[in-house]
Amino acid sequence: MKKPFEQIVVDHGPTVLRVCRAVLGPVDAEDAWSETFLAALKAYPELDPEANVEAWLVTIGHRKAIDVKRAEARRAVPVEKVHLDEMPESSATRDQHDGWDGDLWDAMKRLPPKQRQTVAYHHLAGFPHKEVAEIVGGTESAARRAAADGIATLRRTYLSTSADNPETSR
Amino acid sequence: MNAVTEPNARDLFAALPAIDVEAQRRLHERLVAAAEAEGVLDIAYRTIDTPVGVLLLAATQQGLVRVAFDSEQHDKVLESLAAKVSPRILRAPARLDQAAREIEEYFAGTRQMFDVAMDLRLATGFRLGVLAHLSEIAYGHTESYAEVATATGRPKAVRAVGSACANNPLPVVVPCHRVVRSDGSFGGYVGGADAKRALLTLEAAAA
Repeated sequence: MKKPFEQIVVDHGPTVLRVCRAVLGPVDAEDAWSETFLAALKAYPELDPEANVEAWLVTIGHRKAIDVKRAEARRAVPVEKVHLDEMPESSATRDQHDGWDGDLWDAMKRLPPKQRQTVAYHHLAGFPHKEVAEIVGGTESAARRAAADGIATLRRTYLSTSADNPETSR
Repeated sequence: MNAVTEPNARDLFAALPAIDVEAQRRLHERLVAAAEAEGVLDIAYRTIDTPVGVLLLAATQQGLVRVAFDSEQHDKVLESLAAKVSPRILRAPARLDQAAREIEEYFAGTRQMFDVAMDLRLATGFRLGVLAHLSEIAYGHTESYAEVATATGRPKAVRAVGSACANNPLPVVVPCHRVVRSDGSFGGYVGGADAKRALLTLEAAAA
């Protein structure tokens, strides 16, 4: 039996938002979330009742994120005159988006997209590497390696600066 | 991935709130607006507080499709709507503004007829005929199950009238509470005997 879609939003909305924020940053995350859930609402009646709803949502979100980035790239071409310091990732813009730690996104955005995605899908959304591979394409071992490489970089660029080792500080 | 890295990996996203209530509220509103604009919100719902408890109101694009008492368990009612009508269901109060206002006026004693558009797709055949007749029973008046059976052309179908009332998808708005036993006792009610008494008492006082 299929749950009312409202229940899907309540159950999975927060995780999908965290994934969108980790992969896209604070500015684009809400657009991607909105497009993901609108597309999911439309397709929901046809979804296999046995399907893993969260994996389905993240798969839609993954494609929407690619669309968002492509649209951005298209828009970016004619506006070369815009100064770099007016681009959306300035700290002033970021602070309007709920103030979650900008350092995390600063570190995430330096990762190649595939590493960023595999880190978020595996370590944040909790999907096994096999499912991550199905979402991003490629083999399971490639997904595993991308996530490991991403984590290794983040440990140097973000975790080493943000906090003491959580195991020793507890 | 070995055991040493896992605590760090979990810690990595600690800065991202697990649940950002304000963002979820904003995004939910945006989803409802986009779904309405694209015509893909098949059922909108909300709840309202009334003297007979919290009522669930649900509407399709055609009109009010379901009113449910607390005792019917709103979660189960929504699941049933998902199965029978469509699972494209969101909490979206705006579509229910008129219905909610009219029901509030009804309980305040200032409204005797409902004007809100109705979608009676959950009732068919004989039951639909019974509901059509119920809306003709005037505010503050009652009819017996037998009288309703006669009025709908099947005088022997007294029990079927009872079951049509018990399965009324729009209680309060379609006044199945105005159908009582021939001996004058209230008879059963989908919202419970106390709710039926409250509605009939309200109407007797305001009529």
